[in-house]
Amino acid sequence: MAELKILGIGVLSWMVFLPVLGMIIVLALPKSQTKAIKYIAAGFMVLLMFISVYMLANYDSSKAGVNSLEGLQFVEKVTWIDVDFPAAMIGKIHIEYFLGADGLSFPMVLLTALIGFVGAVASFSIKKNEKGYYAMYLFLITGMMGTFVALDFFLFFVFWEIMLFPMYFLIGIWGGERRLYAAIKFFLYTLFGSVFMLIVMIALFFSSKDPQTGLHTFNLITLMNPQTFPPESFFGVLGNTWRLLAFAGLFIGFAIKVPVFPFHTWLPDAHVEAPTAISVILAGVLLKLGTYGLIRISFPIFPDAARYFMYPMAILAAINIIYGALCAMAQKDFKKLIAYSSISHMGYVLLGMASLTTIGMNGAIFQMFNHGTITAVMFLMVGVIYDRAHTRGLYDFGGLANKMPKYFAVTMIAFFASIGLPGLSAFISESFIFLGGFNNEIIRIVTIVSATGIILNAAYILWTVQRVFLGELPTKWDGLNDISVRELISSVPLIVIIIALGIYPSLFINLMSNSVTQLISFIMK
Amino acid sequence: MEFALKFLPLAILIIPLVSFLIIIFFGKRLPRQGDWLGTGFLFLNLFLSLYVFIAFMSLGNYSITYDWFSLGANETKFTVGFVVDQLSAVMLIVVNLISALVHLFSVKYMEGDSKYSKYFAYLGLFTFSMLGIVITNNLLLMYVFWELVGLSSYLLIGFWYEKKPPQEAAKKAFIVNRIGDFGFLIGIMIVFYFIGNFAFSEIFSGISSGKIPSGWLTAAGILLFCGAIGKSAQFPLHTWLPDAMEGPTPVSALIHAATMVAAGVYLTARIFIMLSADALTFVAFIGAITAFIAATIALTQNDIKKILAYSTVSQLGYMIMAIGVGAYSYGVFHLVTHAFFKACMFLGAGSVIYGMHHIQNISEMGGLRKKMPITFVTFLISTLAISGIPFTSGFLSKDSILASTMAFGSINGGITIIIPIIAFLVAGMTAFYMFRLVIKTFLGEPRNKEKYDHCHESPLQMTLPLMILSGLSIFFFYSFNPFGAEGGWFINVLKSPESLLVGTKGAIYHIVSREEFHEALHHAHYPAMILSLVLAGLGILISFVFYFWNKVDTEKLKKALNPLYKFSLNKWYFDELYHYTAVSFVMGLSALASLFDKYVIDGIVNGAAYLTVKLSDFGGLFDKYVVDGLVNFTGGTVWVFGMILRKFQTGRVQTYIGFLVFSIVLLYFIFRWI
Amino acid sequence: MEITLYHYLTVGAILFSLGLYAMISRKNAIMILMGIELILNACNLNFIAFSKYGGLGVDGQLISIFVILLAVAEAAIALAIVLNIYNNFNTANIDEVDSMKD
Repeated sequence: MAELKILGIGVLSWMVFLPVLGMIIVLALPKSQTKAIKYIAAGFMVLLMFISVYMLANYDSSKAGVNSLEGLQFVEKVTWIDVDFPAAMIGKIHIEYFLGADGLSFPMVLLTALIGFVGAVASFSIKKNEKGYYAMYLFLITGMMGTFVALDFFLFFVFWEIMLFPMYFLIGIWGGERRLYAAIKFFLYTLFGSVFMLIVMIALFFSSKDPQTGLHTFNLITLMNPQTFPPESFFGVLGNTWRLLAFAGLFIGFAIKVPVFPFHTWLPDAHVEAPTAISVILAGVLLKLGTYGLIRISFPIFPDAARYFMYPMAILAAINIIYGALCAMAQKDFKKLIAYSSISHMGYVLLGMASLTTIGMNGAIFQMFNHGTITAVMFLMVGVIYDRAHTRGLYDFGGLANKMPKYFAVTMIAFFASIGLPGLSAFISESFIFLGGFNNEIIRIVTIVSATGIILNAAYILWTVQRVFLGELPTKWDGLNDISVRELISSVPLIVIIIALGIYPSLFINLMSNSVTQLISFIMK
Repeated sequence: MEFALKFLPLAILIIPLVSFLIIIFFGKRLPRQGDWLGTGFLFLNLFLSLYVFIAFMSLGNYSITYDWFSLGANETKFTVGFVVDQLSAVMLIVVNLISALVHLFSVKYMEGDSKYSKYFAYLGLFTFSMLGIVITNNLLLMYVFWELVGLSSYLLIGFWYEKKPPQEAAKKAFIVNRIGDFGFLIGIMIVFYFIGNFAFSEIFSGISSGKIPSGWLTAAGILLFCGAIGKSAQFPLHTWLPDAMEGPTPVSALIHAATMVAAGVYLTARIFIMLSADALTFVAFIGAITAFIAATIALTQNDIKKILAYSTVSQLGYMIMAIGVGAYSYGVFHLVTHAFFKACMFLGAGSVIYGMHHIQNISEMGGLRKKMPITFVTFLISTLAISGIPFTSGFLSKDSILASTMAFGSINGGITIIIPIIAFLVAGMTAFYMFRLVIKTFLGEPRNKEKYDHCHESPLQMTLPLMILSGLSIFFFYSFNPFGAEGGWFINVLKSPESLLVGTKGAIYHIVSREEFHEALHHAHYPAMILSLVLAGLGILISFVFYFWNKVDTEKLKKALNPLYKFSLNKWYFDELYHYTAVSFVMGLSALASLFDKYVIDGIVNGAAYLTVKLSDFGGLFDKYVVDGLVNFTGGTVWVFGMILRKFQTGRVQTYIGFLVFSIVLLYFIFRWI
Repeated sequence: MEITLYHYLTVGAILFSLGLYAMISRKNAIMILMGIELILNACNLNFIAFSKYGGLGVDGQLISIFVILLAVAEAAIALAIVLNIYNNFNTANIDEVDSMKD
C-alpha cells in the first residue's frame, strides 16, 4: 500500500480533481477572455502530464496489485459515506473513497493524461462559447480519470456517470449538423448499459459480506475475494446462474462503451458529429473504459463466468474485427471510416482478453494504449483536413501527398501503425493478441478467422490513402496549407510514442506485465 | 578483432537505416539531395559484407542474440538476434552489391525527378529491411522485416503516385502480400504454440526432439511457406509482381527481380530442414506450377518489363521447386546467379527505356544493337545465362536444378515425374521468350525510326553496373568447371543442411538423406545436361526462325492458335478471376455489412427509440386524460371551494375585524353550549 | 340607586361596542381612529372601575394613565399617516388606498 503525496494530498486525488480546479477557474473567468481560458485549460493538462510523469518515476512495476491490497500503489482510502440504517434489511452502508493504481490502470492513467493534453491543444480551433467548452472538457477528464483509479464500485459508478454528462453537452452543443441525434443516442445507449451495471452493483453489495468487518461492501478488492460471498448469498456458489447472469449484465454495460457488436452504432454517429478534440478523447480514452471495466471488475469478480463466456466473447470479438473492417471499407466519409476502424481495433482488444492467456491479455492492454494513441492521431488528421476543406468525403480529395507533404507523412505513420506495421507499436500488441488467442485451444479457430482482419485492414487503409493522398490534386484544393505548428504539437508526441513503443515495447510492457500475470493466474485458478 | 567482427552484421544492417533517416529528414538540404550519401553508404556496406563473408569462411557460423523484451518475470522472452551462416553471408553480399549498383544506376536514371531525394531514402529503407530478413535469427523478427520490405516495396512501386496505375499496383502488391503474410503469421503462431520461442535454433532443436506433432508440422511448414508464396509471387498470388513494374525500373531490378522477391526463396531455404515431406511436396508443386504458368504468359507479352517480370516469376518458381525437391544448395545458388543476371537485364531494360525516352513496347524497338552496344552485350550475356547456355552462371545453377528434378523424379516415381517434365519444358520456353525479347529489341531493323534516331547509349553511371553484373554471370566466379557446379567452391560454401525429418514419408514423396540424393543426382547429371542444352538450343532456334529470319508468319500462327494465344496474352485471366471472385466478394460483403449496420442495427436502435417515443406519447395521453383528469378533478373541487372562500378574503382590515368579533361571539356561544 | 361595578362595566361595554362599530363600519380613517379612541377609553373606564371595586387598587389608575399616554402617541402618528395619505391620494377613505394590493 504505497502512498505518494503532493502537498499532503495523494497524487491520484490530484490527478482526478485538478481538472475540477481548472474548471472552477475557467468558470470564474469572464466569457470574453477566450485566450486565457484556452491556455489555462491546456496548462492544467500539462500539469496533469507532469504529475503523471512524477508518478511514473515513483511507480514500482514489480508490484502486481489486481486483487492484493499490498500490491496497489498510490493508494488513498478514506471513508466517504457511512450510514447506519436501523432497518435490518440494509444494515450499515459503508462506502469508501478508495483510489489506487496498478498495472491494469496505471497505463490508462498515463493515456488519459496524454490524450487529455492532446485534446486540449486540438480544441484550440473551437470558436463557440469557449468557456463552457473548456469547463465541460475539464470535467470530462475528471470523470475518466476517476473511473480509471476508483477501486470502490460505488465510486467507480459515480465517475462513470459523471463522464456522461459533459460528453453529452460536448457533442450536443459543439458538434456537427446532426449533433443532437448523436448526443442523445450516445447518452441513451450508455445509460442503458449503466442500468445493468447498477443492478449488478447493488446485487453484489447485498450478497457480499466483508470477511473482516462482516459488512456489505463496494470495495472491489474485497469483492474479488471469493470468501466475501457467503455460500447462501446470490453469488456464493462459483459458476451458479446468478454469477453468470451478473457477468452478462456487466458485460453489456461495458460492451456498450467498447463498443461491441451489436451495441456499436452510437460510435460512428458520435464520432462523426463530435468536434475533433472530442473524437480524439472518445476514441483515445473513453472506449478503453469499457475494456478496462472488464478486466478491473468483471473478470476478477466473476472469474468462473469469464472462463464460461470465453468463447462467446471471442466470437463477438471476431465479429467486431471483421464486421468493423468491412463496414469501414464501405464508408465514404473519412471520419466514419476511422470510427469503424476503431470498432475493428477494439475487437482485437476483446479477443486478447477473451483468450485469458498472459500474452493475449498483455497484448490487449497494450492494444488499448496503442489504439488510443494511433486513433487519436488519425482523428486529429481528419480534423486538420476538415478544418481546411470543410468536407470529409473521401472522394472529394486526391493528390494531397504533394500538396501537404508533412501532413501526408504524419498520416501515413498513423495509418501504417493502424494496420500493424512492424516497428510501430500496434504490431506488437496485435501479434500478442493473436499469439494469445492461438495459444488458447478453445478459441483458436476464432483467432485464425479474426486474423483475416489484418488483410481487410490493409485493404481499406491503403484504399483510403489512394483516394485521399495519391493521384492528381483537384484544382479546388490549390489553396490548402500544410499542417500547422499547433497541429504538429498535438500529433507529433503521439507519433514519437507510437514509434518508440514499436521499437522498444519494454517501456510499456514492464508497467503491466506483473499485474497481468497476476490477473491471469487469479482468473485461471 | 573477433569482437568487432561480431558487431559487423549489426553495422551492416544499421548503415542503410541511417542513410534512410538522414535523407528523409535532410535530403532536400543536402548537396545533390543526398544521392552520394546513400550510394556511398551502400558501397561501404558492400565492402563490410565482403569482409564478413571472408571472415565467415574461416570462422564458421556464429550468431548473436539480445533480449528485446519479456513478459512477466518467468514468462516468454522475446529476443532479437543475428546469425551469420552460409545462407546469410552469401545473401549479404548479393543484396548489398545489387543495391549499391542500383543506387549508382539510379543517380542518372532518376535525375531530375521531383522526389529524387525521397527515392534514395526509400532505397535505403528497403535495403535495411532486406538485410534484416537476411541476417535475423528468429521467425518473429523475420516477419517484422518481411512487412517492412513490403512497406518499402509499396512506397517504391507507387513512387509515381500521381498516375493511376502505380497507385493500383502498389496497393495490390501490399494487399496480396498481406494474404500471404496471413498464412505466415498463423504458421508462426503454430510454431510458437509448440515451441514457445521464435529463434530458429530453438525451433529446429524443438522439432528434432519431436515437440511438434507431424500433422501440425506439415501445417506449420505450408503456412510459413504461404509467406513465401506472397513475397516470391508464387501461384496463386503471383499477380502482383507484373503489375509492380509500374515502379521505376531500377527499383524493379533491385526489389522485384533480385532481392525482395527472392526473400520468399530465402525463407523457404531457412525453414527447409523443418519442412515435412508433404510440405515439401506442396512447395515443389507450387514452384513447378508457377514456373510453368509464368513462362507461358511471358511467351506473348510485348512490354519489355512485363516479359522480364514473368520470367522472374518463372525463375522464382524454379528456385522454390528446387528447394521443394530437396536441392537446397541449387535453389539458393540459382537465387544468387539469377539475382545478378536478372538485375542486369532489368537495368539493361532501364537503359533501353532511358535511351528510347520511355518506350517500353518491344514491337516499337529493334536494331538497338548499333546504338547501344554496351547495353546489348551485357543484356545478351545475361540472356545466355538465363537460357542456360554453357560458360554462364545460369547454366551451372539451372542445369543442377534440372538434374535435381530428374533425381527427384527417379527416387519417388509416380506423379512426381511431372516436376522434371515441367522443369524441362520451362527451360525451353525460357530460352525462346528471352531470345524473342533480345531479337525484337536489339537485332533486325528499327521499327520506330524517329525514336531510334534519338536513341543513344547510356552514360557510364548506368553502363558500369551493367558490366559488373554481366561479368558476374560468367561461370568462373562460381566454379572453375564450366560444365558442373558440383565441386565448385560456391556450392561447397552453400552446403545443404540435413533435413530434420530424413526418412519420413509423405503421401507421394519421402525425404531422403543428402547422400542418397547425391547418388541419384549423379546419375541424372549428364542426361539432364544434354536434354537441357537441346531444349534451350531448340528454343533459341525457334525464336530466331520466328523473329529474326521471319520464316514463319507469326500473325498467322497467332490466328491459328487464337484461344491459346489470347489465354497467354491475358495472363490466364487471373486478374479477372480474382476481380470477379475475391475482390467483388469482399466489396459486396463490405457494402452489405454497411447496409446492415445502417438499416438493420441502427434500424432496430432507431425503431426502439421510435417505439419509446410512441409509447411515451400514449403515456402522455393517459396522463393527460386519466391521471391528469383525476388531478384536475381534485384541483377543481378545491378551486370551487377556494372561489367561495376567497370572498372572505377582502383585504380589508375592517372586514377581518368584523369576522373576528363575529367569531368570538360564536365561540362564546359554542363554549357555553358545551 | 347605588352605582355599582356593573354600571361602570355596562357603560364601558356600550362605549366599546360603539367604538367597534365605528371601526368596522366607517370608511373614513379619522372616524376609525375615533372608534379606536372610544375602545381605548372603554378600557380605561374598566381599569378605573376595577381599581375601585376590584382588587387592582392604584395600579388600575396607573395603567389607565399609561393607556391615555399610548393613545396620544398613537393618535399623533396615525393622524400624521392619515394626513400623508390624504396628501397623496386626496382622500381619507381607506378603501381607495389600495395601491399595494395590486
